[in-house]
Amino acid sequence: MVQWAQANFDVSFGALSDATRRGVLEQLGRGDASITALAQKFHMTLTGMKKHVGVLEQAGLVTTEKVGRVRTCRLGRRALQEEAEWIERYRQLWSARFDELDMVVETLKRKERGDGRTKRK
Amino acid sequence: MDERRGSEAAPTKNPTTVERKSERELVVTRTVNGPARLVFEAWTKADLFRKWWVPRSYGLTLLSCEMDVRVGGGYRLVFSHQDSTMEFFGKYREVTPHSRLVWTNEEGDGGVTVTTVTFDEINGKTLVVLSDLYPSKEALDADSGSTGAMPESFDQLDELLVSLGSTTTK
Repeated sequence: MVQWAQANFDVSFGALSDATRRGVLEQLGRGDASITALAQKFHMTLTGMKKHVGVLEQAGLVTTEKVGRVRTCRLGRRALQEEAEWIERYRQLWSARFDELDMVVETLKRKERGDGRTKRK
Repeated sequence: MDERRGSEAAPTKNPTTVERKSERELVVTRTVNGPARLVFEAWTKADLFRKWWVPRSYGLTLLSCEMDVRVGGGYRLVFSHQDSTMEFFGKYREVTPHSRLVWTNEEGDGGVTVTTVTFDEINGKTLVVLSDLYPSKEALDADSGSTGAMPESFDQLDELLVSLGSTTTK
């Protein structure tokens, strides 16, 4: 528990200490959104949302791109990386577990076949 | 010396996939080459369970493993890692032989995580789908403890094991 948190804690702490900013990250995890849409979603002014996005952007958690008059926000590399790494670690653990489980099941199968043939007790 | 598995060619392994279903839920999917009743047995008998739950490459020792697999029954796993011990415990909420298990994970600070596993047998193979439903997004994000515990030390261990493996290959 601790290790994972520590690596990200320092830089992200400020950015993540605010409930709205955490909400914005969650929202962006589901899909890109404009600042206007985020402001509406979180019931705040455009200026207020811009500030929050700015903090997230500095922490590398969000990137923004202005196309025409719309500034679109998406999850930054850092946020994506952390999520991807986390999931990958989790997957590796389960993959390793299942590989061991295969062997247990294989042994059970063999034993069952053996028992079936000889009816040994 | 434990060299049972060292140089044995491993059979083709089925892929393990993980999907983050929602901000609170992770789902793992894997097919096991065996009938559901045997897979279920491996999940519910302590002497079998302890053979696979802690992958050897993770360098953890399972000190004890108590499982009272029935609705309301508890389990407790105690691991040692370097100088410390860790405990994982909870209760079984649903036990449906050969098809479904639900248990709680009560060791976390942020509330109870609920694990649901289903076993679906198709042509002698079993599709295992496991879901971890965390009490909150924060709990999921913070938790590499119960599952992916201590990745750094594991990486080091893995390296060590690889180098050991390459020097002891017969």
